[in-house]
Amino acid sequence: MKTMTRALLAAGLIAGAQLAHAAGGTLIYCSEASPEGFDNAQYTGGNSFDASGHPLYNRLVEFEQGSTKLQPGLAESWTVSPDGKVYTFKLRKGVKFHTTENFKPTRDFNADDVVLSFDRMVNKNNAFRKAYPVEFPYASDTGLDANIVSVEKVDPTTVRFTLKEPDADLLAKIAMPFASVLSAEYVGQLMAAGKAGDINQKPVGTGPFVLKRYQKDAQIRYAANKDYWKKGAVKVDNLVYAITTDPSVRYQKMKAGECQIMSYPKPTDLAGMKADPKLKMMTSQGFNIGYLSYNVEKPQLKNPAVRKALDMAINRKAIIDAVYQGQGIEASNPIPPTLWSYNKSLKNPAFDPVKAKAALAKAGYPNGFEITLWAMPVQRPYNPNAKLMAEMIQADWAKIGVKAKIQSYEWGEYLKRMKNGEHDTGLIGWTGDYASPDNFLGVLLTCEAVGGSNYARYCSKEFDQLVLAARKSTNLAERTKLYAKAQEVFKRDMPWSTIAHSTVNQPMRKEVNGFKISPFGDYTFQNVSVK
Amino acid sequence: MFTFILRRLGLLIPTFFGITLLTFGLIRMIPGDPVEVMMGERSLDPQMHAEALHRLGLDKPLYAQYFDYLGNLFQGNLGESLVTRESVWTEFTTLFPATLELALCAMLFACVLGLLAGVLAAIKRGSLFDHGVMGLALTGFSMPIFWWGLVLIMFFSVTLGWTPVSGRLDLMFDIPPDTGFMLIDAWRAEAADPEYNAGAFKDALMHLILPSIVLGTIPLAVIARMTRSSMLEVMQEDYVRTARAKGLSPARVIFVHTLRNALIPVLTVMGLQVGVLMGGAVLTETIFSWPGIGKWLIDAIGRRDYPIVQNGILIVATLVILTNFVVDILYGIANPRIRHAK
Repeated sequence: MKTMTRALLAAGLIAGAQLAHAAGGTLIYCSEASPEGFDNAQYTGGNSFDASGHPLYNRLVEFEQGSTKLQPGLAESWTVSPDGKVYTFKLRKGVKFHTTENFKPTRDFNADDVVLSFDRMVNKNNAFRKAYPVEFPYASDTGLDANIVSVEKVDPTTVRFTLKEPDADLLAKIAMPFASVLSAEYVGQLMAAGKAGDINQKPVGTGPFVLKRYQKDAQIRYAANKDYWKKGAVKVDNLVYAITTDPSVRYQKMKAGECQIMSYPKPTDLAGMKADPKLKMMTSQGFNIGYLSYNVEKPQLKNPAVRKALDMAINRKAIIDAVYQGQGIEASNPIPPTLWSYNKSLKNPAFDPVKAKAALAKAGYPNGFEITLWAMPVQRPYNPNAKLMAEMIQADWAKIGVKAKIQSYEWGEYLKRMKNGEHDTGLIGWTGDYASPDNFLGVLLTCEAVGGSNYARYCSKEFDQLVLAARKSTNLAERTKLYAKAQEVFKRDMPWSTIAHSTVNQPMRKEVNGFKISPFGDYTFQNVSVK
Repeated sequence: MFTFILRRLGLLIPTFFGITLLTFGLIRMIPGDPVEVMMGERSLDPQMHAEALHRLGLDKPLYAQYFDYLGNLFQGNLGESLVTRESVWTEFTTLFPATLELALCAMLFACVLGLLAGVLAAIKRGSLFDHGVMGLALTGFSMPIFWWGLVLIMFFSVTLGWTPVSGRLDLMFDIPPDTGFMLIDAWRAEAADPEYNAGAFKDALMHLILPSIVLGTIPLAVIARMTRSSMLEVMQEDYVRTARAKGLSPARVIFVHTLRNALIPVLTVMGLQVGVLMGGAVLTETIFSWPGIGKWLIDAIGRRDYPIVQNGILIVATLVILTNFVVDILYGIANPRIRHAK
C-alpha cells in the first residue's frame, strides 16, 4: 500500500498531495556535517553556506553556477565611479522574501534590506549588531569591514557603497554567501520581539528554497520557493540534506538509493563508484593549491638558491600518484590554472636530485643541513595525506644530504605555530574563496599577511607593489598583467614549493541532471532535477 | 537503608565537582580557542580575536572562568553553544532522545540475548555450545565498533537490502520530532494518517536494528560471560543441591533458585555498561548518522565549543552516575550484607 501510495503521489495523481511527493520529486543530498547555523555572515564553514547561503538566500552579485564568473543577483546592474571608490547598485524589482511559519512579508525586497545586511557587518553601532552581537570573520578577512565607509539607500531600488580605497574585488567578495541579503522587515520583527538570535535558526531569504525543518545531525528539509524570482530555476519540489558524517556510509547510502548525490567521496572509493552502473562521476579542476612553505626568515632558507635546490629535489609526480592517487595536477604557480591571470609560461624545474645536490653545494651547503618539515594533522582537499607527503619529501631531500625531521601538532596549534613562524618548512594549502588572484597572492604572500596566512613570511617590495597595484586597478587587462608579473617574481624568489592542484570528483546517481561542480567546493541545487 | 542512600549521595558530591574540574580543564588544555578554530587557515585579525574572546568571557583568568561556570551551573544555567548559539540544554534535549532510544534498544538486545546465552552456556558447561558462545562473546568484545558497523551495513543493507543504511527514518517520511523518540513519533504519525504515513513505524524499527546490534555487541558479550560464570558459581551452592534433592523441576531450579541469585553481580555489570554504551554511542552514532549526543560531543570538542563540552559531558556523567547509584541501591536491597557494610 505504501509503495502504491508513493507511486501515485510521485506521479502527482493524488490531488493536493503533500509536499514530500509532488511532481518535481525530491532530491536527497548526503552532506557530511550539520551547518553551524543559518546566519551566513557569522560563519566561514562550507556546510553553513551550503545549507543556508545557497538554498535560502541571494546576494547582490552571484557566481554563475559551476563557474567563477560573476552575474547579476539581487542587483540588476551596477556602476563604478572613475576613482573606483563608489559602487552604485540598481536593485531587482518584484523579488519576494519567503513566507514561513513565523514571518509573512508585507513588501518586496528593496534597498533597506541591502543596507541592513551590510551595515550590520561594517558598523559597530548598528542596532541589529548590538541586539545580536556576533563576529563577522569574512567581512574582516576580506577587509570589507575596514574599507566600506558607508552603504546608503539612494532610493528604494538603488544602493550606494562608498569605499575608503578602491577594491577591484569588491564584487567577487560580496558574491560570497557571507554577504547574503537578509530581510530588514523580518529583522525588525525579531528585534521587536527580543529574539534577534532567531535569525540563526529561523532564516528568511529570497533564495530558491524555503526552510521547512532542521533536525541537527539528522536532516534539513526544504521546499521549493514557488515565488522564486528566477523562473524555472527550481526543478525539484523538495530538497533534503541527509547529514551523514562518514564518507563510506554516504557512499553506501547513495548506492542503496537513499540519497542521489553525496559530498566528499573517499579517494579509495572512486574506482568502485566509476564502475557502478547506477552512478556517474563528474570531475573538475580544484580551485586550490597544496604547497610546501619555506620559512624565509630561517638562516638556511634565506637564500632563494637553497630553496630552489630543495624544490628541484622534490619528486612531484610520485607525490601526485601516491598522495593524491592520481587525482591532481602538478602545480607550478601559486594560483590554480582556472583562475584568470594564471601565468602559463612558468614551469617547475625538472626533478633532478643530482643537479639539486650540486645547486645546494653551490649555495654553500655541500653537506646539506638539518631542517624541520611540518606535516598537517588533517586531511584537506588540497592535501589528502600530509604525513605521507612529508615522508616522501623527507626521502627526496635525504638524497641531497638534507636531513628533514617531520613534526606535527594538533591542527589549531599547527596553524598558530606556523603563523608565528616556528617552522622551517611546512605543508599547507588554500582553497579559493572568491575568483580573484588577490585571494591567493594577496592573502598568502604579501607583507601585510606575515603573521597571518603568509606562512613563508615572504615579504618582497617588488611583489607587494604589483599585487597592491592590481588590487586598486579596475582595468582587468592591467590587473592581469600585474598578477602575471607577480607570479614571475614569486617563481624567481620561490618562497614555496608548489606541489599540486587537486581534482574534485563528484559522484551522483544517474537520475540527477543539471548539477555543476562549484569551483569553490560549494553545493547548489538550483537547476538540478531528478528523473 | 536511609543512611546507606545518604552515604552513597555523599560520595556523589565530590565526584560531581571532580567532573566539572576535569572537563573544564581538559578542554582548555587542547590548544587553540574557539575563534582560532573557526578561522582555520585564514588570518585572524588580533583586534577581532581579542573582542571575540572578551565577548565570550574567555579573556578572564582561568579560575575566574571556572567560578563563573560553577556560578551559572548552580543557577541552572548551562550556557549556550559558542558556535550555534543555541542553549546547551535545548540542544541536549533535542538530541538525547535519539541516544536514549538507541541505548535502550541496544541494552534490551544485550540483556535478552546475553542472559539467555549465559544461562544456556552454564547449563551446558564444557559442551560445544558453551565453547562456541564464549568464543563468540570474546570476539564480540574485541570487535572494533567502526569495522563491525560497516560490515553489517555492507552485508545487510547493501548486499541483501534488508535494512536501511543509516539514519532514523526513511527521508521520504516527513514526521515532526514531537517526542524525539522515533518509534513513538512514527507510530503516532502513522496512527494519525494511516494512508500517508503507512509503514513509518516499521521503517523506524528497521532503522534501529543494525545500530542496536552494533552498540549492544560489547555489553552482550560482557553480560553473557558474567551470567555464565555467576551461574556456575551459584550452581555449586548447597541450597541449589538441596533444591535439586527436593525433586524440584530443573527449570525451577535454574530460573528461580539459581538465576535469581546469579543475577546480582550481573545487575552491577549492567549498570556499568551504561557508561560503555555512552562511549560506544559516539562511534555507533557516527557510523549510522544517528543524531544523538555522542556525535554532538565529538563535534563540540573539535570546535572547542567549551559550554557544550563542559555541560554535555557533565549531564552524561551525571546520568551514568545516577544509573549506577540506582543499581547500588537495588543491589543493597537485594543483598543486605552490602546495605549494612560499614
